Amino acid sequence: MDSTVSILANVVGATSDWVRSVFEFQFARAVIFEVNIGGHLFVEGLLLVVILFLLSQKSYKPPKRPLTKKEIDELCEEWAPEPLIPSITDEMKREPPVLESAAGPHTIVNGKDVVNFTSANYLGLLGSQELLETCTTALEKYGVGSCGPRGFYGTIDVHLDCEARIAKFLGTPDSILYSYGLSTMFSAIPAFCKKGDVVIADEGVHWGIQNGLQLSRSTIIYFKHNNMESLQNTLEKVTQENKQARKLRRYIVVEAVYQNSGKIAPLDEIIKLKEKYRFRVLLDESNSIGVLGSSGRGLTEHCKVPSDKIDIITAAMGHALATEGGFCTGNARVIDHQRLSSSGYVFSASLPPYLASATIKAIDIVEEKPELLVKLRQNIAMLTKGLSDIKGLEIVSDPVSPIIFLALKQSTGSSKGDLQVLEDIADHVLKEDGVFIVTSKRSTLDKCKLPVGIRLFVSAAHSESDLVKASESLKRATASLLPAHD
Amino acid sequence: MIHSHSARSVSSESEIGILLQVFAFAGGPISDSSMITIPYLTALSTYFSYGLLFAFGQFRDFFRKIFDWWNASNLQGYAPICLGLEDFYIRRLYLRIQDCFGRPICSPPDAWFDVVERVSNDNNKTLNGTTKVSRCLNLGSYNYLGFAASDEYCTPRVIESLKRFSASTCSTRVDGGTTTLHSELEVCVANFVGKPAAIVFGMGYVTNSAILPVLIGKGGLIISDSLNHNSIVNGARGSGSTIRIFQHNTPSHLEKVLREHIAEGQPRTHRPWKKIIVVVEGIYSMEGELCQLPEIVEICKKYKAYVYLDEAHSIGAVGRSGRGVCELLGVDTADVEIMMGTFTKSFGSCGGYIAGSKELIEYLKYNCPAHLYATSISPPAAQQIISSIKVILGVDGSSRGAQKLAQIRENSNFFRSELQKMGFEVLGDNDSPVMPIMLYNPAKIPAFSRECLKRKVAVVTVAFPATPLLLARARICISAAHSRDDLIKALEVISEVGDLVGIKYFPAEPNKEQLEANRVKLE
Repeated sequence: MDSTVSILANVVGATSDWVRSVFEFQFARAVIFEVNIGGHLFVEGLLLVVILFLLSQKSYKPPKRPLTKKEIDELCEEWAPEPLIPSITDEMKREPPVLESAAGPHTIVNGKDVVNFTSANYLGLLGSQELLETCTTALEKYGVGSCGPRGFYGTIDVHLDCEARIAKFLGTPDSILYSYGLSTMFSAIPAFCKKGDVVIADEGVHWGIQNGLQLSRSTIIYFKHNNMESLQNTLEKVTQENKQARKLRRYIVVEAVYQNSGKIAPLDEIIKLKEKYRFRVLLDESNSIGVLGSSGRGLTEHCKVPSDKIDIITAAMGHALATEGGFCTGNARVIDHQRLSSSGYVFSASLPPYLASATIKAIDIVEEKPELLVKLRQNIAMLTKGLSDIKGLEIVSDPVSPIIFLALKQSTGSSKGDLQVLEDIADHVLKEDGVFIVTSKRSTLDKCKLPVGIRLFVSAAHSESDLVKASESLKRATASLLPAHD
Repeated sequence: MIHSHSARSVSSESEIGILLQVFAFAGGPISDSSMITIPYLTALSTYFSYGLLFAFGQFRDFFRKIFDWWNASNLQGYAPICLGLEDFYIRRLYLRIQDCFGRPICSPPDAWFDVVERVSNDNNKTLNGTTKVSRCLNLGSYNYLGFAASDEYCTPRVIESLKRFSASTCSTRVDGGTTTLHSELEVCVANFVGKPAAIVFGMGYVTNSAILPVLIGKGGLIISDSLNHNSIVNGARGSGSTIRIFQHNTPSHLEKVLREHIAEGQPRTHRPWKKIIVVVEGIYSMEGELCQLPEIVEICKKYKAYVYLDEAHSIGAVGRSGRGVCELLGVDTADVEIMMGTFTKSFGSCGGYIAGSKELIEYLKYNCPAHLYATSISPPAAQQIISSIKVILGVDGSSRGAQKLAQIRENSNFFRSELQKMGFEVLGDNDSPVMPIMLYNPAKIPAFSRECLKRKVAVVTVAFPATPLLLARARICISAAHSRDDLIKALEVISEVGDLVGIKYFPAEPNKEQLEANRVKLE
């Protein structure tokens, strides 16, 4: 004990000696610029140096040990991937009926003549002699494919003629052709909407638009399907919340006739909102060109809105025009920008020339034969009337929509179950009465949550008896297949 | 389909970002891939040219801004549709040389075609077609086997199908768009590429961009070649999976990336990946290179990654019987899980396919949006594919298919070796019908294109956005339809223009006679 105390005393003594000696160091008590440098200042200076030294040191981290080669080998050995695709269920094996003739108003399935309601051949141009002749001439002249993208000798004179014809028909300054309907929207949207831009879209838009929105990386807000109140609230909210919004590009994306419901967008109201909140409008007219409006010019004509109010109009040509491909139309700046910025245009081979020729001819026919439109409207009205009192199903589509969309009045609880019931009905009418109709199937990638249904594509080429047959057959099928209620 | 050299950077960053990137690199030696090294002086002059163009463009934009400011009231509270510098490249660089791109033709894209002459009255801002045409030798179209023009076997059958099935079905494949022709086509394609089943789409671009999201999603990893086509890039992005790049056509780097990522697992959570898909192309159309498929397949097998092979430019064009790179490089198609290709090139039609196991195709048919929502491929186009495959396989009863395949191989190898002898910097591998000639300097793009066109040879020059800004090139696509005389004429013209424009970056190889003459002297 004593020895400890004495050692301690010694240490304390030595330290105090050291401190004293430091205090009496030769710089101590020096006077620099009339400041007395006391010994304590010197000690504090030393402390400061020590603190700074400690601060400059990195905090303690356990040493990093990268995985050894052997460990990585083991990890690679252990890793077991999921199979490329999930296991195949029976519903995946389902094969669609195979057509043995052209997909006109009547077609042959399993050797049997059936009435076809699956083809968006609204004006009955499919199989028209004039179109066939035009295609034949073009095929003989140009061959089938264009063998190149538009930039690299894939521009054929008929492409330019077709673009001019579309623009003239719709009364827009310019238009641009895409080689596939589906690629039109998903290329055009990312060409204009970039990261940070605001896009308000209807929740019922088809997959092509959804994909375009996803690729654009813009801020996407969905509003309730075809609900103008919801659109207005969304617009109000976005403009209110985001003070920067005025500096961003803002778009509203809607479809003219919704593929997923057959509803028609109230364009006049959308235009009012667009002008109030200063948004641009992207309109997909795939199912309305050649259908709506007094001369088939689409929703703009139907709602009596000048087409220059819509900033970007796109459409697939595989519907009323009975060809393939798609186009976008708008002012020259909008179109020119796409010619170098739209990936589906720049990086893809151009539309086969015979389809471009066919489109020109199809537009000529639409202009020359307004009676087709009248007939189409009569047919839509007639089938709608015929189906109005059907049991278990209800028409959700617009009365003038060429897609008659029938949804279940009483859902089974899951869209998979609903689809199964509807599929059974479709199978039944095809088998029993030779009426070919389809359900709205959805990919799991599709984010659209609208109820599934049966879609009937009405054509001007359907005869009265075809329509009667369809409605009668459907009624019989629902009566026998759907549980009785109401 | 244009294959983008750096589609990823091009589409992910603003154009100006790339411009700046280019300037930031200035001075250092540049090697974008192992293949391309720019001579120092060329690099310097290229930077200088772009610098000048950029500065001048900015100068003009300055005045434009003042002008726009006066007109600002036109916008009425809308942000301009092209913000800031988004379209700077188009307005200030591309428009100057836009006459070199998108030249309209008024005949089929055969070995020779009619190019419509265009004039501009406003400094190239708008181009107006005239009624004059010039008959040019076509070195630009992807008409590898010469099926672009009407064909004695295919065309009558195509027209017959048109009459029977019309030009369109106006319906999707799952609804009423599957005709007997479509079923036949799928069987035919599956047999041709050597897989149990196939699914076809009406557009090649959509094939890539709509299939990848079906196969892989969140928690998956896509390892993509750095020079993959834009459609693959878009498909990968649309899938929501993690995307990693490996150095262009470098199996060793692929292995490194694979090891690293399997060991690391998913970012942040470090869970193991659900699956890994490696995406490569058979022939890289902007480089003309063949994929190093045997090595890549070996590595993927070892690390249990799935191989996705895009044969857009190789199917029909290479291989003993035209079955693409697998046949050419001796890879068993069973080792490639997903085989994709397009019909635009060798078959002279349109559309694309995926070939794979029966289950894979069943799943795709059930779930792929392009199958569910897109109009089915036009029946005449489907017939063109069926007929051209029959010709290639000799099922039509003639040896035309075999002749075409021999011809394209011979033509390609002849043309490539002659170009190399002349001292051009030619990229790509033997047997590949695609051969890019490096131009580098922006001024040489229009010069080469215009001078060749003047001499009745139509070539494709490729600049941004299909290649990085610096690596502008001319790209020759050889066809089986070219005769030896055509090729000799083309070589004469290209050599002459090459001297004029100054793109023979290597010393010319003395030809045989000179060599022999030297030898005689020595003796």
